Amino acid sequence: MVLLLLFLAGPIAYCAYIAFTDLQLTGQAHASFVGFDNFREAFQDEEFLNAVWLTLVFTVISSLIGQNTLGLALASLMQRASKPVRTLTGGIVITAWVLPEVVAGFLLYAFFRKEGTLNAILDALHLPSQNWLFTLPILAVSFANVWRGTAFSMLVYSAALNEIPKEITEAAEVDGAGGWRRMWHITLPMIRRSIGTNLMLNTLQTLSVFGLIWVMTRGGPGDKSQTLPLFMYEQAFQNSMIGYGTAVALLLLLVGSLFSVVYMRLLRTEV
Amino acid sequence: MPSRRTSRRLAADAGLLVVAAAFALPLAWVILSSLDPRAELRVKAPDGLTLDNFDAVLTPEITLTPLLNSLILCGGGTLLTVACSALAAYPLSRFRSRLNRPFLLTILFATSLPITAIMVPVYALFVRVNLIDTMQGTIFFFAASQLPFAIWLMKNFMDGVPKELEEAAWTDGASSFQSLIRIVLPLMGPGVAVVTVFSFVMMWGNFFVPFMLLLTPDQMPASVSINEFFGNRGMVAYGQLAAFSVIYSTPVILLYVLVARRLGGGFALGGAVKG
Repeated sequence: MVLLLLFLAGPIAYCAYIAFTDLQLTGQAHASFVGFDNFREAFQDEEFLNAVWLTLVFTVISSLIGQNTLGLALASLMQRASKPVRTLTGGIVITAWVLPEVVAGFLLYAFFRKEGTLNAILDALHLPSQNWLFTLPILAVSFANVWRGTAFSMLVYSAALNEIPKEITEAAEVDGAGGWRRMWHITLPMIRRSIGTNLMLNTLQTLSVFGLIWVMTRGGPGDKSQTLPLFMYEQAFQNSMIGYGTAVALLLLLVGSLFSVVYMRLLRTEV
Repeated sequence: MPSRRTSRRLAADAGLLVVAAAFALPLAWVILSSLDPRAELRVKAPDGLTLDNFDAVLTPEITLTPLLNSLILCGGGTLLTVACSALAAYPLSRFRSRLNRPFLLTILFATSLPITAIMVPVYALFVRVNLIDTMQGTIFFFAASQLPFAIWLMKNFMDGVPKELEEAAWTDGASSFQSLIRIVLPLMGPGVAVVTVFSFVMMWGNFFVPFMLLLTPDQMPASVSINEFFGNRGMVAYGQLAAFSVIYSTPVILLYVLVARRLGGGFALGGAVKG
């Protein structure tokens, strides 16, 4: 309890305070109170807006579309697949998830590099290869996040699909509903709570990804893959503007809390 | 319709195998490269098997010190997390109080906040209170960041322990604390194990927290020191980097396998998250 208060609530309160100051790392004696200047500055700062946009792209591609859909697809395929294949696939996908963040980042860095595996495959298929980390860094890190995060969705959806009574799907099958229609009219409505929960948690998790992107691209080239956490880091430490970095952090935290509240709403209907 | 069912199963198998192959490629690279004397960035069959890469990185400076640091940080953080979460979960699970529900909701709320966002202010705070670049400061923060989820999990497991046994102990004159230590925790052994392993795994893989809070190179845990292979040393020895990755990842994978069964295969953790 004390720990929680001291180390979570404390920093958040402190965060709220220095976000309104012009605190810098250069060691001036007193930071002065600057009101909403940091925030005003942020919304006029092109780099900040760029980071917001990239965060949005990153979250939508990797979390909403990638992890969520792929996770659901894997889970529903697993319902039908034979046991050895199920175990093998599950094992591999989960390993990608359990790996330490930095190792995962490094593995995918190797995968997407110019001399890396992806291009080797494309070459073999006579498809054009390119320097992914340079031309489409945000796409590369998004795929990396899908690689790393899909296991969670897969597990959540597997659990949800297992809870659907067999009779219902069988009845629909007898009535002549095809695979897609069954999915759309029966399965999806029945697991919609899990979908909500999963989307929420994925999004929150994706919002705070730092290590993965840091290892793969450092936010570069230029700022083409600089999402908010990286932007925050750069402002606070490379540009020594802690106050400004914290203002960005606070905004990120606000977005996170917003999602968090929605998430709790979803749960409340369930509990 | 056995034949139709079989063909459908084959289709599902095929689909899964394609995905599995795509997911396996990066993993295959790290394993093959760690054994390859001339490792490159792409997946290829090694030019002969060798353990030289492992040999090269298994020095105190490259591997052992960072791993030891990781162990101290994560071990300390985990102990603290488990102890605090048990103490916090106990009243939540055993006593009805009007504060329970708001408290649980707050915890749930904290569980899903992006920790990344508070690292900059935490850094500023640590500088001010002189905890920056200290192991104990980092351990405290690790514990605090893992606590909400640990309390949540711990409470769920604790709810599964029947209250009658404890009431018997109370009539025999045991205090709440004694009954927690002597009766409840031993009975929920597997639950405690899950919380312990889970916290440990999360901390072991964490990069950002030590990256921000520790400055001295010889205090760096493995998650940060792996960065040294990039950039700073000029030519990257991919084989060695891969070997290091393997060494560094193995413990958490083993630990995960160990608790995966306890988590109920289908991921009771998902259930725990869902409340």
